[in-house]
Amino acid sequence: MSATNDAFLETFPVTLRDAATNWLPAPWNWLAQGLIAVVAVLAIFGSLFAILTLVERKALGRVQNRPGPNRTGLPYTARLPWLKFTEGKIFGLGQPMADGIKMLTKEDIVPREADQVLHFIAPVAMLAMSLMTFAVIPFGRNLVPVELDASVLYFFAAGAATELAVFMAGWGSRNKFALLAAMRALAQLISYELPLILSFVPVVMIAGSLSTVGIVAAQSSWHWGFIPHWYVLTPWGFAGFLIFMVSALAESNRSPFDLPEAESELIAGHLTEYSGFKYALFFMAEYLGMTALSGMAVTLFLGGWNAPLPFLQFIPSYVWFAVKLLTLLMGFIWIRATLPRLRMDQLMHLSWKFLVPLCLVNLANTTVWHLTASLPLAVRWLLCAVIIVAPFTLIGRSLTKGVAPRTYRYAE
Amino acid sequence: MIAFAVIALLILASASLAMCLRNLVHSVLLLVANWAGIAVFYLWAGAEFVAFAQLLVYVGAVSMLSLFAVLLTRRSFHDLDIIPESVSRATWALLTAGAVAGVLIGTILGSPFGNVTEAAPAVSMRQLGEELAGTHVAGLLVVGIILTVALLGGVVIASKDKEDKS
Amino acid sequence: MNPLQLCLILSSLLFAVGLAAALARTHAILVLLGVELMLNAANLNFIAFWRYGPPASPADGIMFVVFSIAVAAAEAAVGLALIIAVYRHQKNIRLQEANRLKG
Repeated sequence: MSATNDAFLETFPVTLRDAATNWLPAPWNWLAQGLIAVVAVLAIFGSLFAILTLVERKALGRVQNRPGPNRTGLPYTARLPWLKFTEGKIFGLGQPMADGIKMLTKEDIVPREADQVLHFIAPVAMLAMSLMTFAVIPFGRNLVPVELDASVLYFFAAGAATELAVFMAGWGSRNKFALLAAMRALAQLISYELPLILSFVPVVMIAGSLSTVGIVAAQSSWHWGFIPHWYVLTPWGFAGFLIFMVSALAESNRSPFDLPEAESELIAGHLTEYSGFKYALFFMAEYLGMTALSGMAVTLFLGGWNAPLPFLQFIPSYVWFAVKLLTLLMGFIWIRATLPRLRMDQLMHLSWKFLVPLCLVNLANTTVWHLTASLPLAVRWLLCAVIIVAPFTLIGRSLTKGVAPRTYRYAE
Repeated sequence: MIAFAVIALLILASASLAMCLRNLVHSVLLLVANWAGIAVFYLWAGAEFVAFAQLLVYVGAVSMLSLFAVLLTRRSFHDLDIIPESVSRATWALLTAGAVAGVLIGTILGSPFGNVTEAAPAVSMRQLGEELAGTHVAGLLVVGIILTVALLGGVVIASKDKEDKS
Repeated sequence: MNPLQLCLILSSLLFAVGLAAALARTHAILVLLGVELMLNAANLNFIAFWRYGPPASPADGIMFVVFSIAVAAAEAAVGLALIIAVYRHQKNIRLQEANRLKG
């Protein structure tokens, strides 16, 4: 491992940052390093957001058997010899730019009856809060913007404030659809906050640390040299990961939990009265929130920036983080394309009657795992798997009694 | 010291403004700002864990409870503006509060505190966890029971009675 | 004036604001939030003494505040549930009119 620690590519971002700031006196040096981290996060995740919107539209198009955006090109690209065959359209890669320009130049409409202050603060607060969560995610070895002792707690404290922004948007618009949708969104956010937080408590218990750096470090070795120590590969970790991802879907208001924005029922939810750049800010905050939650899932369960196999360590750690992050994001898009929306009562039941009890069982399960450390790994693994799978089946069966399995009758 | 002045201004201004406004929703949102300001004070004092707990509990949960309560106890958008209180009541309240504040501040200024410790006490997350699950485990259990009982009680009180279907 | 006194003055002013609100307003939610403010002022004191006071066990002040925040959350939940119940009975939540024990 020591050979890879100081490989050129591995340390490159930190070297670059130090080279840029070392000529400054000590107190300014610290400030400049912080600023560089902020600018880097803004630039990387800002452009990731732009690319993600295009990828999502393309992927949705694929799933729904249509081409997706493929016309918007960039000027002058048709003159490049190796891009000549695209006739300047380059597979629709110019779409994010066109969208951005459209959003910026649209008229910003504020309803006359609206609460002007809240209507203005809501998108700003939303985006600020979702950007703040990026501060504690370790993007690679030594690549964490702020190292805190309680960084996991910080992440969820900053995330909790987005609920207020949703309320401000719904209330400030003075629109019944906006208010109704905001209430729906709040009920959903509060209900899923519980399983979201309970699902990673086992990780904190086993790693013995609330710091993201510590949790990644606890996952950085291998059983017998080839099975990584990632928490997703333990029974409680796998259950926690699944619950975390389902709750993350709900927290970021994505399909199949997109009831707050259910466009066929509530126009556009709490965003009804927003237009132009404010709407774009909300849109951006939603994608950034999804990215941050995926990053946290990677950190907590998927081993963070660790390589899956020892001999793959020559690839820089931030590349591994990016690969895992993009995989999760593609999963989000895939789920959006395939699953229909839930009903409001189903949504609530899923959280309170299914996910929360499972989380509590999982906590006890983790205790069993911790106390049976002397048993051989396979026995321990099977025991814990039974402890979590049995309640899953039992609760699932009792909740779907009389409903599932569904029978389908096709028209003649 | 400048940081302290800014934090103190944020806390006091948001609290007093919140208590003077007519619009309830604005009041609650300003109080949320006040709670966030208190969290910033904890951060300034070096109590990271408490600051994040304050944010999670107050800004995340209690604010939502209050906002829901505000919205559930009104009938229309215009119902929210509260009827102003009587002048005598406000005067008496302000006089009492002023007197209490005067006595408190007088005592604080008059009592000898000796030398203050300059360095913040260093306490790691692990230490906190061990204290919480070791020395204070009885308190932790009691708090857990209190929270469960409060949750159940809240649901029972706020849920509709079976007979009145109004 | 040393920093401990400054922190204590801040918290007593916050306490006074909460007290004034709890006494002056008749709207039940505002009264409850005033009480909540006073609790927060007390928490401020714990942290101030933890930071500047005579050295004790390093985690004691924090423990106090953590427990106090948990109890405050329980108090807010029950208080707001009571307010909703009162509203259901008398269709407003002015405290002066909530003077009957029987609903």
